[in-house]
Amino acid sequence: MIENMKEITLDAVVGEASKMKSDGQRLVALSCTQLDADNFDIIYTFDKELVLTNFRVTVPKGSDCPSISGIYFAALLVENEIQDQFGIMFNGLVLDFGRTLYLDEEITTIPMCNNTKAMTVKK
Amino acid sequence: MLKKFIDNSRAKSPWIMHFDCGSCNGCDIEVLACLTPMYDVERFGVVNVGNPKHADVLLVTGTVNPRNAKVLRNIYDQMPDPKGVIAIGACGLSGGIFRECYNVLGGIDKVIPVDIYVPGCPAKPEAIIDGVVAALAKFEGLKG
Amino acid sequence: MARTIIPFGPQHPVLPEPLHLKLVCEDEIVKEAIPALGYVHRGLEKLAEIRDFNQMIQVVERVCGICSMLHSQCYCQGIEEMMGVEIPERAKYLRTVWSELHRMHSHLLWLGLFADAFGFESLFMQFWRIRERIMDLNEATAGSRVIVSVNVVGGVRQDLTPEQCSWILTEVAQAGKEIKAIQSTMLSDYTVCKRTKGVAALTKEQAYELGAAGPTLRASGVAQDMRQLKYAAFDKIDFEPVVEYDGDCYARGVVRFREALQSIDIIRAAISGMPQGDISVPVKGNPEGEIITRVEQPRGECMYYMKGNGTKFLERVRIRTPTFANVPPLIAFMPGLELADVPVAVLSIDPCISCTER
Repeated sequence: MIENMKEITLDAVVGEASKMKSDGQRLVALSCTQLDADNFDIIYTFDKELVLTNFRVTVPKGSDCPSISGIYFAALLVENEIQDQFGIMFNGLVLDFGRTLYLDEEITTIPMCNNTKAMTVKK
Repeated sequence: MLKKFIDNSRAKSPWIMHFDCGSCNGCDIEVLACLTPMYDVERFGVVNVGNPKHADVLLVTGTVNPRNAKVLRNIYDQMPDPKGVIAIGACGLSGGIFRECYNVLGGIDKVIPVDIYVPGCPAKPEAIIDGVVAALAKFEGLKG
Repeated sequence: MARTIIPFGPQHPVLPEPLHLKLVCEDEIVKEAIPALGYVHRGLEKLAEIRDFNQMIQVVERVCGICSMLHSQCYCQGIEEMMGVEIPERAKYLRTVWSELHRMHSHLLWLGLFADAFGFESLFMQFWRIRERIMDLNEATAGSRVIVSVNVVGGVRQDLTPEQCSWILTEVAQAGKEIKAIQSTMLSDYTVCKRTKGVAALTKEQAYELGAAGPTLRASGVAQDMRQLKYAAFDKIDFEPVVEYDGDCYARGVVRFREALQSIDIIRAAISGMPQGDISVPVKGNPEGEIITRVEQPRGECMYYMKGNGTKFLERVRIRTPTFANVPPLIAFMPGLELADVPVAVLSIDPCISCTER
């Protein structure tokens, strides 16, 4: 159903993203979904001349994800959003809001994944 | 003498300020539409201002979340007495369609006292003007 | 030189919505702009867990009141594609008419607010006066001024009678005439040019690389418009994306101005080419699978990612809105601006915060 979908592993994210960048692709979005209690799914979507290219990464709960905001500056907002909503931390964000992009510090649950307490907010 | 003059003018020409708390924009553009030629509340002496310290009436649209509740409280405290607060739209009244969202506390009255409730999703400009006029009753009572 | 941090927003006369920017200034010059969001965040994507896929239409319409029609259109197109529903031709044309009416009202609204941002209040009033014609059309044809709520899965809810069609045509033609009457003021007035030309410019490469969307991207010379994907009736209606090359605030204004006029032509073509027939088909079953759909909103490209699992509740609805894509360019072009130009520059991307934060 989704065109040009490719499954990649977590450590290949940065390499694939730089390949996309040198190919002249524009970053459209990252879409995160909770698969089950322990796994999340992130779909990276790129666009070139109205054709979408996607790759899918499965992130186990508790593990960090490498940030592509160094390659695509546009990724910074959406990565911060995923930090807020799913509690997946991104390493190497160019502007890290530390889980307070949308939510206030006193909120202690991660909204989009059920029954999980948030880690403390980084200052 | 001067006090009487001010009390009279407040009821005749209220200055309004609009704050969007977390609405979908539907009510905000309707509040703005009230100020433009078709509805033109300025002919009734209603002036839109951007500074809470100048305002008599606060128009609030949208739901309250923990972050903008602080801003709303702050704006309300900065307004001089006597002041009126009008909550606009289903979201401002009770949270509306968003009441079950995780980042929504509920209506405006969870944070500040509300004088007039204007329903609608989004509220029509006619309803908003009617709400402002109803809020003026509060000032009418103060007239000398 | 000492650095000062000046807060811009969340309550600011030029912004109808709460956006907060921390402007790090040296003297009058902005050195850095740090956005702080979260004043409008509601978390409505999670409502998909408790609202079924038909009820979600009402929720996604309220992602943003200004482009509500296009949000529900994008959502319905996605669900229809997931379920393999082919909607009637007439419904496609009707969706096109209402979506272009929405684009017109949104662009006129923005042009007015933009005029207000550089202090040209009578121009603001003129644009909003013209806009009321479109609002009247919305109210008379769909029943509501702002949130028209005509889309359902499988088609549309309302039909247009021939009288309404001819009325729409005369009204938009009149609106077009009035827009053209203030064209010279908007596009060649000395003060307007002085305030907007050369302010907050983005080159073609920068805009593309920063992931800008819609008029912000097209003003920098990239001819990309999601209507080229030929959704709804755009496979039968000819149109060329509006492109400008300067990439500054003025160019963004010109793009939106010309698009507002272009929408009139599209409405005319859609109404004259509209076939007779049903306006919706019955839909059975529940959505299953994954889908990404895109439409062109007044502010740019909007993307929906949806995942269904065969029940009536969608597993995930993820909305990427155009302003979300336009915030990184905003952060990028702010350094070097004068403080007085900040409101104009912020408005030039047409910020829609309730879209951005959902």
